Amino acid sequence: MEFLLKPWPWYVSGPLIALIMFVLIYFGKTFGMSSNLRTLCTIGGAGKFSDFFRFDWKAQRWNLTVVLGAIIGGYIAVNFLSDGSTMNLSPETIVDLQAFGFSNIGESLLPTEVYGMENIATLKGMSILIVAGFLVGFGTRYAGGCTSGHAITGLSNLQLPSLIAVIGFFIGGLLMTHFLLPLIF
Amino acid sequence: MKFLKFLLVGIFFGIVLVKSEAVSWYRIFEMFKFQSFHMYGIIGSAVGLGILFIWGLKKFNIKSIDGNAINLPPKNKSVTRYLVGGAIFGLGWALAGACPGPMYILLGTGVYSMLIVIAAAMLGTFVYGLLRDKLPH
Repeated sequence: MEFLLKPWPWYVSGPLIALIMFVLIYFGKTFGMSSNLRTLCTIGGAGKFSDFFRFDWKAQRWNLTVVLGAIIGGYIAVNFLSDGSTMNLSPETIVDLQAFGFSNIGESLLPTEVYGMENIATLKGMSILIVAGFLVGFGTRYAGGCTSGHAITGLSNLQLPSLIAVIGFFIGGLLMTHFLLPLIF
Repeated sequence: MKFLKFLLVGIFFGIVLVKSEAVSWYRIFEMFKFQSFHMYGIIGSAVGLGILFIWGLKKFNIKSIDGNAINLPPKNKSVTRYLVGGAIFGLGWALAGACPGPMYILLGTGVYSMLIVIAAAMLGTFVYGLLRDKLPH
């Protein structure tokens, strides 16, 4: 049981993610998490403003159930399946983040410098989360999928559009990490 | 309980993504800095095995659990929407350190500030819906 409490290596986690995709396809569905954002907009009444949101959201209840499960899974993993050890990040990463003024690097999954309550109480901290979320929500729908739909399912199905999307993910991600984050932090 | 199996898949997904640390802002930063193989190993092995799974499904003409043919709809041919939309997504992914799956999972780990990110992501999706006909696809 000890190994369950330690972080799982990539060669365990990656194949398990492929298994999740396989199981969802076998259940007659697909692995795509960003679609839920559109479903939530529809439930919230967005169909009044755009026909993009006029669809039978009840057909997506299975995917909202996956979301509910994912929330529960996150709760179980941190409360019952973690030993609280510090993440084994690369030493260069730690040095780079120290240069941003980050502390307690890797002691929890997320930096308090981004997600801590005292930081989001500031205009800058709140803006970071809102801008980040907006870009994810807008970009994923424009691109027609996110990491699960394009990087995992689309690439596994050898679809060229997904490869283009993943190249796009990296263009944006590299731009943010190498040029914009140093300006922000 | 036809939804129970989806609930279980979701729980398993949440556990795997936390235990692999793929939900961690730090791991996404490290990936875009090319400072560790970890995330590339996860995505690479998932895709490697995924190719085998989907090839097998097609090769052996496997039916889904309800007896229907496996349906993986082809994506529309385009470059603009995937490259531009993907780059916008990537900017947000590297800033939030979380994509749409991990957002929910992290909420479950007790990071309530993630609700702001999720609400903003819904707003982003909503604005896309409003502008869709005006954007190049």
